[in-house]
Amino acid sequence: MNPNLPSALDFEHGADVVTPAAASRRDFLKRVGGGLVIFVALRDWAAAQEVVQEAARPMTVQRSLPTDFNAFLRIGEDGRVTCFTGKIEMGQGPITSLPQMVAEELEVPLESVDIVMGDTDLCPFDMGTWGSLTTRGFGPAMRTAAAEAKAVLLQLGSESLKIPVSQAVAQDGFVVDRLNGGHRISYGQLTKGRTIERHLSVKPALKDAAQFKIAGKPVLRRDARDKVTGKAQYTADLRLPGMLYAKILRPPAHGARLKEVDTAPAKAVAGVQVYQDGDFVAVLHEMPDAAEQALGKVIAEFDAPPATVDDTTIFDHLMRVATAPKIAAQGGDLAQGKSQAVRSFDSSYLNSYVAHSPIETHAALAKIEGGRATVWASTQNPFGAREEIAKAIGFPIENVRVITPFVGGGFGGKAFNLQAVEAARLAKATGRPVQVMWSREEEFFNDTFRPAAVVKISSGIDAAGRMTFWDYEVLYAGDRGAAHFYTIPNHRTAAVGNFNSSAGVHPFGVGAWRAPGNNTNTFARESQIDMMAAAARIDPVEFRLKHLTDPRMIRVVKAAAELFAWTPAVSPSRRGYGVACGNDAGSYVATIAEVAVDTEKGTVHVKRVVCAQEMGVVINPEGAKMQMEGCITMGLGYALTEEVHFKGGAVLDTNYDTYALPRFSWLPKIETVILEANDIPPQGGGEPAIIVMGAVVANAIYDATGARLFQLPMTPDRVRAALKATGSAVA
Amino acid sequence: MPETISFTLNHKPVRLTVDPDRTLLWVLRTDLGLTGTKYGCGESHCGSCTVLVDQRAMRSCSLTVKDVRDKDVVTIEGLASDGHLHPLQEAFMAHDALQCGFCTPGMILTAFSLLRSNPQPTRDQIIRGMEDNFCRCGAHTRIIDAIQAAAASMKGVR
Repeated sequence: MNPNLPSALDFEHGADVVTPAAASRRDFLKRVGGGLVIFVALRDWAAAQEVVQEAARPMTVQRSLPTDFNAFLRIGEDGRVTCFTGKIEMGQGPITSLPQMVAEELEVPLESVDIVMGDTDLCPFDMGTWGSLTTRGFGPAMRTAAAEAKAVLLQLGSESLKIPVSQAVAQDGFVVDRLNGGHRISYGQLTKGRTIERHLSVKPALKDAAQFKIAGKPVLRRDARDKVTGKAQYTADLRLPGMLYAKILRPPAHGARLKEVDTAPAKAVAGVQVYQDGDFVAVLHEMPDAAEQALGKVIAEFDAPPATVDDTTIFDHLMRVATAPKIAAQGGDLAQGKSQAVRSFDSSYLNSYVAHSPIETHAALAKIEGGRATVWASTQNPFGAREEIAKAIGFPIENVRVITPFVGGGFGGKAFNLQAVEAARLAKATGRPVQVMWSREEEFFNDTFRPAAVVKISSGIDAAGRMTFWDYEVLYAGDRGAAHFYTIPNHRTAAVGNFNSSAGVHPFGVGAWRAPGNNTNTFARESQIDMMAAAARIDPVEFRLKHLTDPRMIRVVKAAAELFAWTPAVSPSRRGYGVACGNDAGSYVATIAEVAVDTEKGTVHVKRVVCAQEMGVVINPEGAKMQMEGCITMGLGYALTEEVHFKGGAVLDTNYDTYALPRFSWLPKIETVILEANDIPPQGGGEPAIIVMGAVVANAIYDATGARLFQLPMTPDRVRAALKATGSAVA
Repeated sequence: MPETISFTLNHKPVRLTVDPDRTLLWVLRTDLGLTGTKYGCGESHCGSCTVLVDQRAMRSCSLTVKDVRDKDVVTIEGLASDGHLHPLQEAFMAHDALQCGFCTPGMILTAFSLLRSNPQPTRDQIIRGMEDNFCRCGAHTRIIDAIQAAAASMKGVR
């Protein structure tokens, strides 16, 4: 992906790095060589700013996009096109979809487009890769740069061909005379020998989806070959001469302080170096396994604060510490709505802490030379990592370069970069390149979990089965996905806190987890809706449609029902069918699931999942479907098993023996459909389909058994308890 | 104490002077420079570190280097021959059977071992055979499809 990775054969790269990042266009041009370079200013784009604000939320400091020197595209003398993006590739596919957009707008073969990702010296500033923002947020800038480049090339080409620009067309990397196809000149020839710097002053017209020849068509992943042959390099696969591997001493619990430490037995091991700065103790060696063994010889005593909360008492704790809620939406008069209701429903929905658990643990490799730090890191946030590193080692930000190799999964967990800070500190201390790769236990311990959260809902229906009021309060999941989209005359939606860490709330770090907040909110909302449909004795699909006005939501619900071949029935129909819908990242999704419940064991088998999604213009349909399938499969984990066990700041799950990820045998039959919506700009695709998974399974369990689950994950114990409470263990 | 240990690695003989109790995974990734074999959990749960030992899928995080003395070890880097990808590699590409790709080497080598013992597995047999390999991105459905396609294209021939 990124040509700037060291390998066994290319140790020297990075040593000759010139002036850093924000520095200047001149330096950038010097670094990338000659050719046509396009800069894009996003200043005029209100919409882009809006998504950028949303993107900024997981960061500690909110920043807006710089208004100059933003997106780049370079057309080299050899005719190859290079696009530069601060986004990173962690499996979600921009390594394929961004070049598709460029090739489409620029009229070049997809094969001629290279991409440099996540390099803070070469790529325009970026907030981070999350929020399903690459296609909808960065995509327009990239497409615009390509469209502008094409306009410039048409101008240059018509001059060279001595024809009016209106007679010139762009085709397959050539400017061609419309009246004489043989009369043409390649992009490479046009840029040859000249450095041409152009700035975008007017927003050029982008192609309509109907004109797409490359974008909008399924394309195989461009990184597939390297990934099936073992060539693809992730951070921990990189080697530098003289490098050391570091293993770091971890406390037994968050909040524990180092009381005493004896590192002498570790130091006695040949080749070991020990570094200590306060509580930060690291053991380094030329071999990672030797460093790990030596760390085991360090004798340390910690003072741990008393554990006041654990995975069973956390919800009471959250309700106790909850501050005043902020109103996210309201309308009508709740008291009036309550008086109109013939039946009311008061529920609390709980969900436990969930780990990100990418299979690649956090890794970083840091090198410091001549007052400059270069850090390769598995991160979703290279520019954020640069800030964290610069601060930790006391370097000016322009003397830190972060380079992002392939990332082995992130899901929000690689937004923070402690491992990169650790590697940089140790490289500075030892004067040698240092690699840090967390063990699975460290990955669980240092994860910024999806927060445990509570949603309280009070709602009611009238005699005709119409919702009359909706009073909704979410604690500590955030308000993404909290606002309902049903016709309810009297309603209030409020949120306490967000999904980010706040003092005194969580015993360890929490943060964004794939569609942050929305999984929790959609589970609660769609469960409550289902409960009311059942009480009103109305089919749950019909009940939803009866209360929907947004044509996009209606469309996905109907499409899912059609694909599933849904036949109306009042729940519990004993068929084990559940439905749920929602929106996230600008996209709409409706899902229907079929489950089988073993009422003796309390186990749930999800047999079939049908998902309809509308996401505006689709750039890579196959990639988008892969994201939907991934969301569905990953979502089964938080729905059924995934839950972090802890006592105070001690994380009790250390590996996959107690923390169960979805496996092959869990796989339902998955059917996905993406609804065409070419009049709507591209929307997010990495997260939407996961938000419904808790609710759709809960609703299907209810339909199968009559038992309502109020807590995620829906473990066998909880399913059995719900069945017992319902008194309806049905064979 | 270091010992000299010989084995076949990706069809070539190797001789290493090494502490025989070192973990095979780390010896492959460091001394031998083969980083296609990944660390995922270190306790044999996830399958990212899978290699072939005498053609059978084994977890290199739970083997020592002396365990493979005189044996035939194949890592993902050794699966293609003469520049031709193995049918499983082709099928994983054609079916988009990966996302982040971190679990992919382990998936392919586990599937290789499965097809060796059962050249025409049913879908259920593939699921059982792959059960202990984890993919966090959720590429499972396409991985099964890829293995089925590879089995068909191999027609029972390895």
